[in-house]
Amino acid sequence: MGIRETFLPWPVFRQVRSMVAAGDRLARGAAARSSRTDQLKPRTMTADRVVGSVCPYCAVGCGQLVYVKGEQVVQIEGDPASPVSRGRLCPKGAATKQLVTNPLRETRVRYRRPHGTDWEDLDLDRALDMIADRVIATRAQTWADRDEQGRRLRRTMGIAALGGATLDNEENYLIKKLGTALGAVQIENQARI
Amino acid sequence: MAECHPVGFQWVMEAKARGATLIHIDPRLTRTGALADLHVPIRAGTDIALLGGLINYVLSNGLEFREYVVNYTNAATIINEEFKDTEDLDGLFSGWRDDTSSYSSDSWQYEGVRVASAAGKRQQGAKQAREAVEQRAYQRHATERGHEHGSHGAALEDLHKLRRDETLEHPRCVFQLLKRHYRRYTPEMVARICGIPEALFGQLARAVTENSNRNRTTAWAYAVGWTQHTVGVQYIRAASVLQLLLGNIGRPGGGILALRGHASIQGSTDIPTLYNLLPGYLPMPHPDSHGSLDEYVADDSAETGYWGNMRAYAVSLLKAYWGDAATADNDFCFDYLPRITGDHSTYQTVQAQLDGTCKGYFLNGQNPAVGSANARAQRLGMANLDWLVVRDFALIESATWWKDGPEIESGELRTEEIATEVFFLPAAAHTEKDGSFTNTQRMLQWHQKAVEPPGDARSDLWFWYHLGRRIRAKLAGSTNERDRPILDLNWHYSTSGPNSEPSAEEVLQEINGRRGDGSCLSTYEELTDDGSTACGCWIYCGSYAGGVNQTARRKPHTEQNWVAHEWGWAWPANRRLLYNRASADPQGRPWSERKAYVWWDAEKKKWTGHDVPDFQPTKPPDYRPPEGAKRQDALSGVDPFIMQADGKGWLYVPAGLSDGPLPTHYEPQESPVPNLLYGQQQNPARQLSRRRDVDPYQPSGDDRGSQVFPYVLTTYRLTEHHTAGGMSRWLPYLSELQPEMFCEVSPELAAAVGLDHLGWATIVTARSAIEARVLVTDRMVPVRVHDRIVHQVGLPYHWGRNGITTGDSANDLTHMSLDPDVHIQEVKALTCDIRPGRRPRGPDRRRLIAEYQQQAGLVAATGTAHRTTERHGEPA
Amino acid sequence: MTEKLLEGTKDPAPDSGYPQPPRRMGFFTDTSVCIGCKACEVACKEWNLIPDDGFSLLGMSYDNTGMLGADTWRHVAFIEQDRPLGRQNNAVALMPTGPSASAPNALMVAAGLGEEHGARLGTETGAIQLEPNTDGKPRQPVSADGRTELRWLMASDVCKHCTHAACLDVCPTGSLFRTEFGTVVVQEDICNGCGYCVPACPYGVIDQRKDDGRVWKCTLCYDRMSDGQEPACAKACPTESIQYGPLDELRERAAHRVARLHDAGVADARLYGADPDDGVGGTGAFFLLLDKPEVYGFPPDPVVTTRDLPAMWRHTLFAAVAVAATALAAFAGARR
Repeated sequence: MGIRETFLPWPVFRQVRSMVAAGDRLARGAAARSSRTDQLKPRTMTADRVVGSVCPYCAVGCGQLVYVKGEQVVQIEGDPASPVSRGRLCPKGAATKQLVTNPLRETRVRYRRPHGTDWEDLDLDRALDMIADRVIATRAQTWADRDEQGRRLRRTMGIAALGGATLDNEENYLIKKLGTALGAVQIENQARI
Repeated sequence: MAECHPVGFQWVMEAKARGATLIHIDPRLTRTGALADLHVPIRAGTDIALLGGLINYVLSNGLEFREYVVNYTNAATIINEEFKDTEDLDGLFSGWRDDTSSYSSDSWQYEGVRVASAAGKRQQGAKQAREAVEQRAYQRHATERGHEHGSHGAALEDLHKLRRDETLEHPRCVFQLLKRHYRRYTPEMVARICGIPEALFGQLARAVTENSNRNRTTAWAYAVGWTQHTVGVQYIRAASVLQLLLGNIGRPGGGILALRGHASIQGSTDIPTLYNLLPGYLPMPHPDSHGSLDEYVADDSAETGYWGNMRAYAVSLLKAYWGDAATADNDFCFDYLPRITGDHSTYQTVQAQLDGTCKGYFLNGQNPAVGSANARAQRLGMANLDWLVVRDFALIESATWWKDGPEIESGELRTEEIATEVFFLPAAAHTEKDGSFTNTQRMLQWHQKAVEPPGDARSDLWFWYHLGRRIRAKLAGSTNERDRPILDLNWHYSTSGPNSEPSAEEVLQEINGRRGDGSCLSTYEELTDDGSTACGCWIYCGSYAGGVNQTARRKPHTEQNWVAHEWGWAWPANRRLLYNRASADPQGRPWSERKAYVWWDAEKKKWTGHDVPDFQPTKPPDYRPPEGAKRQDALSGVDPFIMQADGKGWLYVPAGLSDGPLPTHYEPQESPVPNLLYGQQQNPARQLSRRRDVDPYQPSGDDRGSQVFPYVLTTYRLTEHHTAGGMSRWLPYLSELQPEMFCEVSPELAAAVGLDHLGWATIVTARSAIEARVLVTDRMVPVRVHDRIVHQVGLPYHWGRNGITTGDSANDLTHMSLDPDVHIQEVKALTCDIRPGRRPRGPDRRRLIAEYQQQAGLVAATGTAHRTTERHGEPA
Repeated sequence: MTEKLLEGTKDPAPDSGYPQPPRRMGFFTDTSVCIGCKACEVACKEWNLIPDDGFSLLGMSYDNTGMLGADTWRHVAFIEQDRPLGRQNNAVALMPTGPSASAPNALMVAAGLGEEHGARLGTETGAIQLEPNTDGKPRQPVSADGRTELRWLMASDVCKHCTHAACLDVCPTGSLFRTEFGTVVVQEDICNGCGYCVPACPYGVIDQRKDDGRVWKCTLCYDRMSDGQEPACAKACPTESIQYGPLDELRERAAHRVARLHDAGVADARLYGADPDDGVGGTGAFFLLLDKPEVYGFPPDPVVTTRDLPAMWRHTLFAAVAVAATALAAFAGARR
């Protein structure tokens, strides 16, 4: 390692050099800049791609821009082009990156068996299979084809769902479509609440 | 609005900077009030009295926008002679039935016209006896179908027989009925009921009326502070009456603006995950009347107005659901639809869980253990399930109640004894999936996937698609007739990526609708009833017009006009302001230059303007329908409210509501004071839960024991948190800003009860007791109501036991008494007690509740009387 | 000459080795339109990857951050006052309220805040419980001195980026430096945590982070500015309470805004930090306030703490020379 790498970057040397070279008499400005400072770039500038999005909190629908680098979300901020929000966000919208990159997010399937006292691990594929079995069994068990007056019901009152206001239209569409085909009528969401 | 929709509030601030007056009506001075020109404190739960006072102020001073009212509303329409008002019946309308605690709406109808709250119409068509008609109409009400009309009003028959008096002088015209109905809603009465001093009411009334004319419009914005009541729908109706009288609907800067609280709560209403609706506000069928598609359509479509096209919408939906299996020969699989037979809303589900009839439960990004009324009942219900699937970002309270819920702490439940099988499946975030949200102004906006979801996290599109795929595979080959709807289901979406994610674009295309050749439809006017079009939600038809995802458009607002049509896509037909024909006068000219929005271009013979006209584009203002005209052709060139059968804005609702044709002030289910206007204390038609054991009600007014719960309690959100906390209490940056559950009280209440700022308080209702840190603040003001001073306690409802910041849940205190029209719970106004100190631990918590119940003399019948006036049936 | 050495001119960049700097940039925080949403606090943290600042309920109205610090570079203060706001009518005078709790509240708030920095407080809930109501009897209403008015002020505070920045003067490592935009920034790769700058700041802005010892504060998002982007807080602010731009333009806009508020009856509206002749030579981040600065927690008359340094050095030099002369004289005398 030569002198250029070891001693010259020392702040005091750098300051002294720059005082002379740049007229920064007290060495509090240009003279004090470190090489890291000189290389600073905003990560909005260095992102691999920017993806247009919408804030997931309330129903104002503020435009967001999602900055991605190395397949990680590195920044989320308002989209100035939006006629709704003009690039601005509230504290929740401004916290969206923390929402999606939060280490406290649970990203594993958790399973609690009947009477169990704690969570267990469960494979996602297995979980989906078990849920499908439960739906089929409960539906068969609680199926009502007609009411006591013989009128057509074609439904199960044994299965219910709640939620959808935070989901996409396409997701709500599939929930209602599958629920209707299964005969589950108790499909509800926050709009009721 | 500044509290819960801060970014939307930028437009209010901009209006204010241009001279607009901002008025904030709220029991508390919130961040909105901090910036308002006028704060009007109000006792929670009395807004209809205030709005009624404003209506009375308008009518008794002749301040209505006469030309608008005469031409665009049903003010001139004459009502049935049999109709009796609350003024005649001490708070009840005619048609009340004690045996079922509900109304028969026959007597509310327009004279000469049959307003079919569907049932009546159907029976008439079937030529059955009048008695049977009444019985069925009544039955229909009793099974909670009054609100099924969704985006449209009730159907009208014989429209040409409708009688109108455009002088508005006829004693039975709507205008005169309104005058009479609201004449006792005087400023003095407003002061005594709401606690709003007369001088303040005067300021408010002048500001609202002086700002509503040809040149100016007034907007009302509301959120769940107006809907979470046992008379919630009538709150909105009251605002509608006022706004229609002032000419503030369908005009720029006017309206009644619902500030909805979830990214796609509007979308989940349009493409409903709601029990009573199919996509596009088509009703779910009912066994009573819907044996076939013909009956279904005959029953629910209207002959006049746009709802006359309902068959095309319904057939196209069935084609989207069951594809090739749906043919004209099999009624397009209409029979595959399950039937509803009453209220199957979420609060009925909870009771069914407690009863043991509902056994399996999916929670999709929702946390009822914190966010739903009577959260304890919610948890006890879940403890009675066979299985529970929770899909969320974190282990929310609704996923973990079996090991650490309040009932485990109190000893009411023991983990080992709970048989519920719980699956927690992590959910993908909006950045990890494609899809569209519909915002509060009906605008669809597409969000693109940015990255893959982590670990086992998946989109709900993935979950429901693959769950359906597996169920179909497991049932393949079944000969059981009940499995046909699943096996015949059009469930074919292409998948891609490492997780086999289904294509959201394809789903949106299906929602938008396709022609037989698979090409995308462009407008709902193209929908047919012969099976040649398939459309998953008729009002969303056009969102994929031309095979282009219109919801993904992001043309900067700086590069288009101020209505910004090329950003996202709004239903219907990309109209940004509904009923905008009303922004022009009956002749089609703008009311004023300043308020020009949509107008008739006589030269080009079409409607034009800044927005897409919400009207038939070439129907001239002087068009008058010939007798017998159907659908939209039955509406004249004047009528702006094209989804209504008579094209008018309804000041008076002749059918379709369960609790009366006119908004009337009733006290909340639990109130510290008697109703000063009528002998009828609460909304007589309000819905009560069946389970007094978990959902007891407190005495009200001057009833014995009501003083045990002397304070008004109201719940709300904070800017820094989101609903039940699943998207905020796990985030350090939000949690640190509001780190703990608190209650807000006035200095007077604090002094009276002995509460210390930052100390602890225990808040008690008949349901539960919770603790909260105390914020003593001048922003809470006591109100002088009736003959007493009423204190109000404010509780944010975000907290639960999990996450970074924890606390007791306000919803443990609330009850499941509901609005009868939409089954929404009353959590914005109830009563409580508050005392210093922390709540008891363990089993002592329930002991404290029992003590309170005893003190208040609570019995199963407390608070459950529907009719409280003695004068029922007698003329005044 | 020496008087001007540290203070420099009114435009600090040219004196700092940037012969042809871009325009001086800054913040104008107009508190009259602040809605207290705290988007600025969160947007700042998201961009600058700042750790949380602890989870304690402070009871200072809706402020639970307390003050600026190493982990809070934007801070929103909430002030509840029994005074009117312009022509705003909040109806309190008409309500049956009677007694005021403003004074007791203030005491509680002071107790809640306790130590100088909010983050150290109340990490355990209930730690700040005051005088429990032991006798269990309801208390008498507070004396009827009458509350008749109410206004709720909100203001987002930030580093002032002083024209004469004492933190910069005292930094021995060259970690703190003046940017070409005239702002003052800490270089985290240089700072050694000596902490000299902390007492030097007349506003109590700059602060050491406990677990790493280095000092941290607002950089006006120097990295974003370099790319022509506005700072994160200003970008997020829903109501344009935080405005970013060339300082001279902002000052002009602010003067105009004050005049408008005066016309609207808000007589107390004033600017804070906009005067180039104040004790710090004017600030790069200045404010429109609706009350006296101390109400918001600002020092009423801030002075750059190193103002007297040149004179002191001069005196020191004079003293040293005098001592030397005396010593020489003494030697000389002794020789005699």
